[in-house]
Amino acid sequence: MIAKYALRFGALGYLLFLLLVPVGLVFYRTFEHGLQPAWEAVTTPQALHALWLTLLIAAIAVPANTVFGVVLAIALVRHRFPGRGLVNAIVDLPLALSPVVVGLALYLLYGTGGWLGGLADHGMKILFALPGMILATIFISLPFVVREVVPVLREIGTDQEQAAETLGASPFTTFRRITLPAIRWAVCYGVVLTTARAIGEFGAVSIVSGRIEGKTETLPLYVQSQFEGFNTTGAFAASVVLALIAIFTVLAMRLFRPKEGI
Amino acid sequence: MGITVVEVTKKFGDFVALDDVSVAIPEGSLTALLGPSGSGKSTLLRVIAGLEDPDSGQILLGDDDVTQQPARARGVGMVFQHYAAFKHMTVWENVAFGLKVRKRPKAEIVKRVDELLELVQLDGLSKRYPAQLSGGQRQRMALARALAVDPEVLLLDEPFGALDARVRKELRAWLRRLHDEVHVTTIIVTHDQEEAMEVAGQIVVINRGRVEQVGTPRELYESPANEFVMSFVGPVNQIGKTFFRPRDLTLSLEQDGDATEAMVERVVHLGFEVRAELVRDDGQHLLAQLTQEEAQALELERGLIVYVKPNRQTTFAR
Repeated sequence: MIAKYALRFGALGYLLFLLLVPVGLVFYRTFEHGLQPAWEAVTTPQALHALWLTLLIAAIAVPANTVFGVVLAIALVRHRFPGRGLVNAIVDLPLALSPVVVGLALYLLYGTGGWLGGLADHGMKILFALPGMILATIFISLPFVVREVVPVLREIGTDQEQAAETLGASPFTTFRRITLPAIRWAVCYGVVLTTARAIGEFGAVSIVSGRIEGKTETLPLYVQSQFEGFNTTGAFAASVVLALIAIFTVLAMRLFRPKEGI
Repeated sequence: MGITVVEVTKKFGDFVALDDVSVAIPEGSLTALLGPSGSGKSTLLRVIAGLEDPDSGQILLGDDDVTQQPARARGVGMVFQHYAAFKHMTVWENVAFGLKVRKRPKAEIVKRVDELLELVQLDGLSKRYPAQLSGGQRQRMALARALAVDPEVLLLDEPFGALDARVRKELRAWLRRLHDEVHVTTIIVTHDQEEAMEVAGQIVVINRGRVEQVGTPRELYESPANEFVMSFVGPVNQIGKTFFRPRDLTLSLEQDGDATEAMVERVVHLGFEVRAELVRDDGQHLLAQLTQEEAQALELERGLIVYVKPNRQTTFAR
């Protein structure tokens, strides 16, 4: 009995002090002087641009990773090809690698003197511009859809797909009518996780963006720059926007997991 | 449409699943592929369906060589052991799937699906999802789905394997009647010799990727081609190199000529049939099958000494 309560309070206390109190404090400091200053802080042109840029990057990176993630998951589960084990391991790389390293890698590749550094001379500016930020975001948010879809594909097996095939369905029809409906919740969940990761990304984007105010500054970068410039109100208010997006993301995740009891 | 399998070989890595298999399935027949698990019988069915490519050999449907055709072009209906129900579709949508894929007119689809649901006795459950059906109902739905597209051949891969004994028996009888009505060339894969004998008109016995024997249930039982078939299609006693059925063992209470002495170890009453497990002096175990009357006449019970003699036996050339 005591052990049960100790466990509960232990777990709750851990959550409270490590997660809820710090995030709660951000909310408190933001609205400490009422709604007005907070609203003004997040509606400056610089803040709005950062928000818009963050959403734009997510709007490109998330669909790209969704399509690629589903295709890759199907390849990994349904097909045998040389190097399959390697691909399987590489998919997890972004989870293990520090985002700063990802940023540096892209910097080396596209920067002056990099293998693809010459692209900038042909009018294709990758580094310190939107394309580089999108590439970095795609890189770091790549594993989520794959990792959500793979176990579900394994679990449903190939029986239904083969039944559809014997009934005359083409591979595409089978995918659209049988496979996709079966993995749709896993895809949704993967999309939610990808979105959360894409919107919150700091390290990799920080390096490849060059952090040009009002041009290549995403919301997390904006928070950092305001904080460094002692505009704590701006930093806190933008943080609240990020936190709210995160909370909605978590709620969406709950929505997509209707079957589980927790 | 008849099915001809010509010298088909299929390997999975080092494992030879099918070793130069040739077999002819007559048009309109109900044929069982019978064999132990891992014998290659399911692989053969999947090669016929087009779900596996053979390493060599040909598959003919009627006179057409379909070896290079994908499964969707072969016009086969397939039923899987674990139903392969489309879980996100209702019973009605499941059965309609093949017709919708073929873009048949709506009125035709409605008519055909309703007809089939009636045939498989699921007409009241058309709006249910597979998860809301029993195993037997799911498998009937899978059959209706396979039949919806008017397949040239119907392939059943251990269709009753996941069902309990009573439902299995019901569905076997039902499949037999269905085949009498529909007459589509049907192959059923099973590892259960009783099921094969009960349902099929022709049985192909497969072992280790090879065809051991092809024949009617009676031919297999009465004149098995080899040891494997003999012991696979029914219970068997073996003394040295001779084999005989438990039914062909005569029991008597008196020593008579060359009969040998044995003691009753166990008696099992199965209604009409009585099974006795016997052990001879030399430790050889024997199984006997008697009728209720025969057992009563002998007053068969544990510990009784009887004299046994097979009245029919077979030896196989090695």
